[in-house]
Amino acid sequence: MDKNYTARRRRDLIIAAVLAALAALAPLFVKNVYIQNILVLTLMYAALSQSWNILSGYCGQISLGHALYFGIGAYTTELLFTKFGVLPWFGMLAGGAIAALIAMGLGYPFFRLRGHYFVIATIVIAEIGLLLFQNWEWAGAAMGITIPVRGDSWLKFQFMRSKLPYFYFALALCCLAWFVTWWLEDSKWGFWWRAVKDNPEAAESLGVVVFNSKMGAAAVSAFLVAVGGAFYAQFLAYIDPESVMGFQFSLLMALPAVLGGIGTLWGPVLGAAILIPMTELTRSYIGGSGRGVDLIVYGGLIVAISLALPQGLVSLFSRSKAKGATR
Amino acid sequence: MGLLYGLIAVGLALIFGLMDVTNFAHGEFLMIAMYASFFLFTFFAIDPLLSAPLVAAAMFVFGAVVYLLIVRFAMRAKANAGMVQIFTTFGLAIVMRGLAQLFFTPDYRSIPQSWLGGKTVSIAGIFLPEPQLVGALVSIAAFAGLYFFIHRTDFGRALEATREDPGAVALVGIDKNRVFAFGWGLGAALVGLAGAIMAVFFYIYPDVGASFALIAYVTVALGGFGSVFGAFAGGIIVGLVEAVTALMLPPSLKSVGIYAVYLLVVFIRPRGLFGSM
Repeated sequence: MDKNYTARRRRDLIIAAVLAALAALAPLFVKNVYIQNILVLTLMYAALSQSWNILSGYCGQISLGHALYFGIGAYTTELLFTKFGVLPWFGMLAGGAIAALIAMGLGYPFFRLRGHYFVIATIVIAEIGLLLFQNWEWAGAAMGITIPVRGDSWLKFQFMRSKLPYFYFALALCCLAWFVTWWLEDSKWGFWWRAVKDNPEAAESLGVVVFNSKMGAAAVSAFLVAVGGAFYAQFLAYIDPESVMGFQFSLLMALPAVLGGIGTLWGPVLGAAILIPMTELTRSYIGGSGRGVDLIVYGGLIVAISLALPQGLVSLFSRSKAKGATR
Repeated sequence: MGLLYGLIAVGLALIFGLMDVTNFAHGEFLMIAMYASFFLFTFFAIDPLLSAPLVAAAMFVFGAVVYLLIVRFAMRAKANAGMVQIFTTFGLAIVMRGLAQLFFTPDYRSIPQSWLGGKTVSIAGIFLPEPQLVGALVSIAAFAGLYFFIHRTDFGRALEATREDPGAVALVGIDKNRVFAFGWGLGAALVGLAGAIMAVFFYIYPDVGASFALIAYVTVALGGFGSVFGAFAGGIIVGLVEAVTALMLPPSLKSVGIYAVYLLVVFIRPRGLFGSM
């Protein structure tokens, strides 16, 4: 068991490195801007979902309010940039730090709640954030913020002519989120989280400080999601409350992990790799009529996958791997 | 207004609160009911008030069918049952919105003239719009009916027993699927009633359900899962809080008060006001 476990972890790392290298070469073959766009979004959602999975998958605290942290990352970066001229790189880190602090501040009362009460509380807090930003004049209220064009540069993290820099950043973020998950999975935190998820009372009796481990998961998860939000804001060059803090983001972050395999290392990446291109393609090929056919197909697929593979797409792969990953 | 929220929430209180099955398509059930009421009015000139029982009956069948065709299988999942339920019903909600867009177009529709629309009654010097008043009366009747049903009939007991332990009820001869299909039907019928009444004074469009759904979840959770009376009280509190917030804050922020009260309540009582779970 022990030997297999170490071997599996090393194998996961090698697979990830190979996949990342292949992904890095993808732009050599994909010149179509539209496809590049889909790739960027896929990588971003993979990263977001991977981060969501840390709190909701590993630690078992289902959050449907992560749009809050996404929006905070986006808004912190852009408010600092447009109002104070702070470079997005620092804004990104500041956004992450603020989101992590807020996550811990909220965790204080929230983590006493269980089950549906917790899930609804997370939805509600994100909704409050959305309403406040929609009414916050200084931050552009419902009109949002347009990010001023200052020319293409890595310094300002702004590129108008090519999508490639965004692609590489999204890839890096995705790798970071994956690596953090991989690393934490084998740390004492990872074991604590799974213990808290399976049986909090038993974990507590064995000396796991349940509250602290939930806080840790929330902070890491919120930080990474906020960095994703900062990236998304620079990528779109325009943000408004609904487009960075809407409830749909909370669901879109959770969906790849759930369809791919919640609480697993590969679930979010796998789920995003299938779900996001599918979403974008149905939207552009059959959604153009505005008649809702794309919604029917998209919703139908979600129903079908959740019913057919309740443990996620990961369970399709070798049994031993799925077993090791879900426990 | 509070009793109307209660009316929307009462069906959810049954499905989500008593049966402990997450239904993210509740708002879409409401939307379908509103359209049903609208079409009965447009094509057959049946006033929404008269067609309400028809709509409720149709929704009963719809709810039971949704359970038997989809939700039954979602509940069978051995792993992450909660997430499977959330996303199955969420997917269903998206499909229903898509279908509504496809067949009914995204246009805003309304029922121009009905027996109740736009009229007011004066009770002891206070003017109340008639549709809201009827909604309130129906809401009280629906809650009283459901309360009686759950606590005084064999079916109600069977329902609670099934939630507690599906294996054990099978041993005493209760068919879990029949009980739950009936429960889903009833929940959908109740939201059907709500939809028929709301159709009189709200615009009807494919996304209409989403704006009411979150408030319905909050209402049920505020009152506490497993309690019919709690959902009723939750509805009244939500309505009052909304009215008070609307006086103090700009109208676009009126929901903030409801959400804040929910958070406050669950921080003090993590099981909601009257919750048993």
